[in-house]
Amino acid sequence: MSLTRADVAEILKLLEESSFDTLSLQSGDLKIDLRRSGAAPRRAAPPAPQSPETQLPEPAARTAPAAPQKPEEPKKPEEPGVAGVPSPMLGTFYRAPKPGEPPFVEPGKRVEPDTIIGIIEVMKLMNTVRAGVSGEVVEVLAKNATLVEYGETLIRVRTD
Amino acid sequence: MASIQRILIANRGEIAVRVIRTCQALGIETVLAASQADLRSLGAQMADRTLCIGPAPSGESYLRAGTVVQAAMGAACDAIHPGYGFLSERAELARLCEENGVILIGPTQGQIEAVGDKLRARAAAEAAGVPVAPGGRADTVEDAVALGARIGAPLLVKAVGGGGGRGMKRVDDLKDLAEAASLASAEAEAAFGDSRIYLERFVARGRHVEVQVLGDGAGGVIHLGERDCSVQRRYQKLIEESPAPRLAPEFRQAILEAGVRYARALDYRGAGTVEFLVDADRGEFYFLEMNARLQVEHPVTEMVTGADLVAEQIAIAQGDGLRLAQDDVRPEGASIECRINAEDPARGFAPSPGTVTRVQWPAGEGVRVDTHITDGASVPPFYDSLLAKLIVHGDTRAHAIARLREALAETRIEGVATNLDFHRAVLADGEFAEGGVDTGFCARFLERAAPAAKKAVHG
Repeated sequence: MSLTRADVAEILKLLEESSFDTLSLQSGDLKIDLRRSGAAPRRAAPPAPQSPETQLPEPAARTAPAAPQKPEEPKKPEEPGVAGVPSPMLGTFYRAPKPGEPPFVEPGKRVEPDTIIGIIEVMKLMNTVRAGVSGEVVEVLAKNATLVEYGETLIRVRTD
Repeated sequence: MASIQRILIANRGEIAVRVIRTCQALGIETVLAASQADLRSLGAQMADRTLCIGPAPSGESYLRAGTVVQAAMGAACDAIHPGYGFLSERAELARLCEENGVILIGPTQGQIEAVGDKLRARAAAEAAGVPVAPGGRADTVEDAVALGARIGAPLLVKAVGGGGGRGMKRVDDLKDLAEAASLASAEAEAAFGDSRIYLERFVARGRHVEVQVLGDGAGGVIHLGERDCSVQRRYQKLIEESPAPRLAPEFRQAILEAGVRYARALDYRGAGTVEFLVDADRGEFYFLEMNARLQVEHPVTEMVTGADLVAEQIAIAQGDGLRLAQDDVRPEGASIECRINAEDPARGFAPSPGTVTRVQWPAGEGVRVDTHITDGASVPPFYDSLLAKLIVHGDTRAHAIARLREALAETRIEGVATNLDFHRAVLADGEFAEGGVDTGFCARFLERAAPAAKKAVHG
């Protein structure tokens, strides 16, 4: 799926006219996260088509050679009852136990405090990361096989 | 070898800022590995990218070699600059860098190990024809007593794993030696995981003189003059200068050559410092230890030689070798540095963390300030208390002292207690002005100053 600038403008208009602060659109391997200015930011996933005029959030520059960026401040949950699960360490994050296997968690999946949500590799040592809360996964923010920082929000969970 | 494009800085405070400045001048990208407490620091603002490597306590952030190397790899850095302290002299960091193809801007793992073991370092000095203080290893209390009888009192019992004043006991009477040796060994085991001890003559009036060296890793070594760091409080250096005042030319030359000889015997790579104790009464000097890293006080060397030691470190690390020949090093004038610490002289120089509400640094010809402190900067309680290094250069030592006194007078730091007044007082002191004070100067000075300070307080 590809988007034209007109498509993006249309999508922005939808958000503009709605009573919502954020909009997530996923279609195939394309995913767009939009937010109104003033709404609490949430980390965007893959690069969405951009033109300078659009209000699309910047793609998270997590891939190695990409432009360096400043660390973001820890975010507050943008709606009550939704908690971010912070990374317990800096390392390479993996969403699945092995390449090709299904991810540990996907949006919609229920997690308990001891549910494994990913693996973080530090110097070839694999560390399992657990949810620490119980509820339903709203969003997986950390991308597979990329560097995550200490304290970075990995997933968001609507807690019970 | 390809040139270094992006450097991960595994440090904080003023040295992170110092390294970033040189990288910026060289067009090298910087990634700062910072703890959660330092995400708003000046270094984090200046770096092209900042990665949070862990929570505030350094054991969970700055001291994690694996995390630091992982951060460098994840951010596609070619090299790591470890600064001083933290991981800078950890063989583990050098090993992980070597295993993962990341360049360590510093010496090899083997060199770090060779100088970190103080007894091995001492043996290497002897082998290289570098003088050491009378003494040696004592494996048992009986050994210690026999060796002590040969050295004579007073002497020092030192931990092999110690250094920089840590793990050291002074014995003034040989009858106390057996007890001191067994206690020192037990303490060394607890503190360093290494119970080995050695004995050395105690030098009553000693000066701390150190030689800055650069090595290409293949036996090529030059020196960039010496520094005198004798103004110390409990082995913590407070004022450093180059050149060392009042040394006879041949004596100075002998120390410089000994420093080069020692580093050359190691095939030393990078910037390092060979420390010596000058026995003022005997007119001798002894090898103390080698610091396999950039020193806090490196700016005084830069001020008199015009060299940028961080740039030279990077050049060596990327395989350019030594860009300076010994004859190119022609120190000019005199430079002095004061370490401005957030510590309270009224409470025994206890650390004084907090927020610097307002700061004013001096400026002007021959004045350099290396700092990470700006208005509103926080001084977290987790790390050392160094706020800034005030460095001046003058045509002569007297000129440098005059400039430093002006610079100190201009400096204002509000919000945290500092040792500024201590520096102002030392710089106004006749004994310091004369030059060539020994390491006991600071304690005597504080003793002398104490009644005056009390008088000032109580009228």
